[in-house]
Amino acid sequence: MDLAGLFGDYTLRVVALGSAILGAASGALGSLAVLRKQSLLGDAISHAALPGIVLAFLLTGSKATLVLVLGAAVAGWLGTLAVIAIVRNTRVKEDSGLGIVLSVFFGLGLVLLTYVQTLPDASQAGLDRFLFGQAATMLMQDVTVIAALGSVAVVLMLLGWKEIKLLAFDRTFGASMGINMGRVDVLLTSIIVLAIVIGLQTVGVVLMSAMVVAPGAAARQWTDRMERMVAIAAFFGAVAGLSGAVLSSTVQRLPTGPTIVLCLSAIVLVSLLFAPNRGIVWNLVRTHKQRRQLRADAVLADLYSLAGQHLDTSHGHSIGALEAMRMGQGSARRSLSALRERGWARETRPGEWTLTPSGMEEARRRFDAGASPDEHEAQEKR
Amino acid sequence: MIQPELEILAIAIVVAVACALPGVFLVLRSMALMSDAISHSILLGIVLGFLFVGDIGSPLLILAAAATGVVTVVLVELLNQTRLVKEDAAIGLVFPVLFSIGVILIARFAGNVHLDTDAVLLGELVFAPFERFELAGADLGPRVLWVMLVILALNAAFLGIFFKELKLTTFDAGLAAALGFSPALVHYLFMSLVSITAVGAFDAVGSILVVAMMIGPPATAYLLTDRLSTMIALSAVVGVVGAAAGYLLSSTLDASIAGSMAVAIGLCFAGAFAFAPERGMVAVRRRRERQRWEFAETMLAIHLFNHESLPEHQEESRVQHLHEHLRWEESFAQRVVDRALDHGVVVRANHDRLELTSAGRHTARRAISSL
Repeated sequence: MDLAGLFGDYTLRVVALGSAILGAASGALGSLAVLRKQSLLGDAISHAALPGIVLAFLLTGSKATLVLVLGAAVAGWLGTLAVIAIVRNTRVKEDSGLGIVLSVFFGLGLVLLTYVQTLPDASQAGLDRFLFGQAATMLMQDVTVIAALGSVAVVLMLLGWKEIKLLAFDRTFGASMGINMGRVDVLLTSIIVLAIVIGLQTVGVVLMSAMVVAPGAAARQWTDRMERMVAIAAFFGAVAGLSGAVLSSTVQRLPTGPTIVLCLSAIVLVSLLFAPNRGIVWNLVRTHKQRRQLRADAVLADLYSLAGQHLDTSHGHSIGALEAMRMGQGSARRSLSALRERGWARETRPGEWTLTPSGMEEARRRFDAGASPDEHEAQEKR
Repeated sequence: MIQPELEILAIAIVVAVACALPGVFLVLRSMALMSDAISHSILLGIVLGFLFVGDIGSPLLILAAAATGVVTVVLVELLNQTRLVKEDAAIGLVFPVLFSIGVILIARFAGNVHLDTDAVLLGELVFAPFERFELAGADLGPRVLWVMLVILALNAAFLGIFFKELKLTTFDAGLAAALGFSPALVHYLFMSLVSITAVGAFDAVGSILVVAMMIGPPATAYLLTDRLSTMIALSAVVGVVGAAAGYLLSSTLDASIAGSMAVAIGLCFAGAFAFAPERGMVAVRRRRERQRWEFAETMLAIHLFNHESLPEHQEESRVQHLHEHLRWEESFAQRVVDRALDHGVVVRANHDRLELTSAGRHTARRAISSL
């Protein structure tokens, strides 16, 4: 299928649009969770939403996206409250609290789901798409719901931006300014719950947590500013949603949800490796450079101290001597050519090196400030 | 009870105990969610094993899956070491990737075999008795039961042999290292065992019940005791109770067995959360209430003591005055006075004036000197 034909396909256009909006919304809002070290809250909330979805269906008999999403939101919210109650009131730590809420709520959802399936009415079919997500069946009305709820969450985030920032970085300071930080916490949690439940039917319970964590974790590598991080995370989420949807529709038997997650993971990997300043590759390069610099400095110091033992400063010193002084700490040869490049050392004859006058000057400036008295004597003799 | 039902119950109980043993240390080491990560990512191991071996019943699959579990642990730790992401984010990044690859592989290459994501995530205990373990033609019961019994024995043996090391590395990793134990070695051995347990259990009950059974019972036991050995025993008991109650629930409602067991375990935890003897909400509330009254009574004693034999004594010892001086609501002040009279801290001297008893004076003096 060529590119024009690809985007002429109405179904694909809907799915791609929905996935992109979803990626952007969950990326932007999820980065707040990442900053607050609540990455796994997403995992818990998405599992905890299941009983809400089934109950919403049981109570209303409707399978409209909005109804189910609201049910999911209420259950996700209750799950979050349960985690908070456990952590605040007992010595059970957050990870165990999350694990319990996640598995017990999900278990309750399963019980309800299997109960619904025993009902004579066959209209419940399709509820389990929330488990694994079925992006391919996304309709325009689903996209509308995703876009509407996503914008509500984003607008809420922008309205409370300053307070959310305080919550993420300095809660105590916020409280001392007279802001009700508990209320901001509730606001932020609600936003995150909203971000998660709108994605459930697209990517499913298990993979939704990746949609929340990955864009934020990737964006964090590219910037130290929160505004930019949220924007970049939204961008990454949109790119992954779009490319995942397109990929899975062009390649046969490639489920959409997992494909989106793999696209996201590729973005995370690239960010971890290559992001400027923080990236692993740059870090290695930087460490390597520093190490070489240190070695060159050490050889400079050695040449200088050797020069101090000879009246004739142009006397060459053999590489062997320099290597011996380095005691196996890397080759002196490379450091010497680095010094020559800067014009601080020259080769008097093959294999013998000495400092140039400017190298002498440099070494004196660097090493003589705290030099020991007998070295001063040596200089005076000269 | 008919044979298959009994077998299902037996499998569930063995799984519960086998999960609870390592679960205790997961909870204590704040690594509870590693069970979630492992139980999802082993899907990839099972798929890969299946693609290589081509036989869904092969024991190699269990090994491959357990290896993926260990790979998950290693990846999470590598990611942590870069310090580029926080620990929680590291877990949240690793397992969805492995799970996604597993799901895609199933969709592409294994779509037509009995290996669907539903069964993996949700578990179907109902089908567990169908696969039999036969030796020399004799039917020895469900295969899963035997697998889990072996895993349970492994866990128990590991716990027995490495109890001291586990205890030390869990509660004081620094001291353990200083004494010459290798926390890393114990850690990886332990995590391998968690993986093996998760694989065996997940085959039988699904990944979500694995999480419920590994975390729920130990967390419940954690609220009930301060002793490690008691906690391990209690976890096993809670696991068994949860499994049995869950099974009853599921047959009453005709609903998912795994889901019902998770709910039953959740109810056990909720019960402990509310009613645990020392740490339960009810006990804590009651203790706070008692402390509140005791504190008020002591305040009253100190107040009277401070003004005794001073000129304002007449005024300060009036019951009506407490409201003003100690800023107590009148009804509250009245109740404190009544209690103090009951406990012999004060006595009524004419009308509305209060006088400390010698016991009350002693209380006040002790409270002041302990400040």
